[in-house]
Amino acid sequence: MYSFEIGRPSTVADAVAALGKDEAQALGGGQTLIPTLKQRLASPETLVSLTGIAEMKGVCAEDGALSIGGGTNHATVAAEASAYPALAALAGGIGDPAVRNRGTIGGSLANNDPAACYPSAALASGATIVTNTREIAADDFFDGLFTTALEEGEIITSVRFPVPEAAAYMKFEQPASRFAMVGVFVAKYADGVRVAVTGGSEDGVFRWSAAEDALSANFSAEALDGVSVDADGMITDLHGSAAYRAHLIGVMTKRAVAAAQ
Amino acid sequence: MVEVTLKVNGKSVTKSVKGNTLMTEFLRDELRLTGTHVGCDTSQCGACVIHVNGEAVKGCTMFAAEADGAEVATIEGMASPDGTLSVIQQAFQDHHGLQCGFCTPGMVMSAAALLKDNPKPTEAEVRDYLEGNLCRCTGYHNIVKAIMAASGQDVSSIAAE
Repeated sequence: MYSFEIGRPSTVADAVAALGKDEAQALGGGQTLIPTLKQRLASPETLVSLTGIAEMKGVCAEDGALSIGGGTNHATVAAEASAYPALAALAGGIGDPAVRNRGTIGGSLANNDPAACYPSAALASGATIVTNTREIAADDFFDGLFTTALEEGEIITSVRFPVPEAAAYMKFEQPASRFAMVGVFVAKYADGVRVAVTGGSEDGVFRWSAAEDALSANFSAEALDGVSVDADGMITDLHGSAAYRAHLIGVMTKRAVAAAQ
Repeated sequence: MVEVTLKVNGKSVTKSVKGNTLMTEFLRDELRLTGTHVGCDTSQCGACVIHVNGEAVKGCTMFAAEADGAEVATIEGMASPDGTLSVIQQAFQDHHGLQCGFCTPGMVMSAAALLKDNPKPTEAEVRDYLEGNLCRCTGYHNIVKAIMAASGQDVSSIAAE
């Protein structure tokens, strides 16, 4: 690793002030950023650790929504998001137990890894990403691989998920990394069904509108018969071809509908 | 440099560390607690698992500066000061839960974290919990058996394949 200074503020205001310096970078749970630093793929002069900010931690159910602090780790969401079981299950399936004790929801969303789990939950739920300055709809937040609507120095302080009538997340894991080869989050709301796919597309997480239309008319796995994803634009790598991933998206979506509760 | 004060195995420690000092480096190089192993240094193998405020974490993927004010437990704190092994360590010995022993500190620390939250896990739950702990000797059967035994469950029916 290149050398850097590290600060650990205890309030959002102090963190924002610290991130105002040149070449400063926020550090969430570090489960992606620390490996990135070790590979010298990032070289911040200052790291601002968000792990000491109590106001950014916790899970709270309110008016049909679940609000999760940006600094809340995956293990806490898995244990405490019982008002939204599909979201709790997703959190409990990320990485391994030790990773889940460090990695945070805000860090995952801000990083927007094309194979990360949380972006699909946020997008399928029509979640609101709350930062220190504004609220951003999930539909406007994700902007391609590792890119989001966040400005320099902006911090995700919480994420608000409307709780659906039924939902499920189905992940086909890459067996070594445990990242999603393809992960599909299906959420059924009174005004329609939303389907978000991670791991598949070269542009990162996306909504599968054809499946949403079919499932909004008839919420059953059979409704997806004959509905398919174009392999064009899907990821091809040593783990699977674009055609394979496109096929997996259909399979995992059907499984998610069948499992939705 | 940043000053950190934390408790390691119950003992208060204050040190000045560089920003990029990992917990594994802090424990091994500064405190000479070399029981916490570094296998992959990429948070995959779990040989470096320690407890921070009671939760299992990978010491290679956390900075020492982030542990300021924390209570840290390492493998050195598992046995009693007189050398009597902890229940989990004794079970690893009794059931041949190690071969080369490199992964053992992480296995024991993960097992301790599991049994704290889930005192009577099923075999499937043990295997699931050890997802982030790799044994290059592939001695998983006896590791799982040792953890089941440490939880006070009958392991006579678990095959030692």
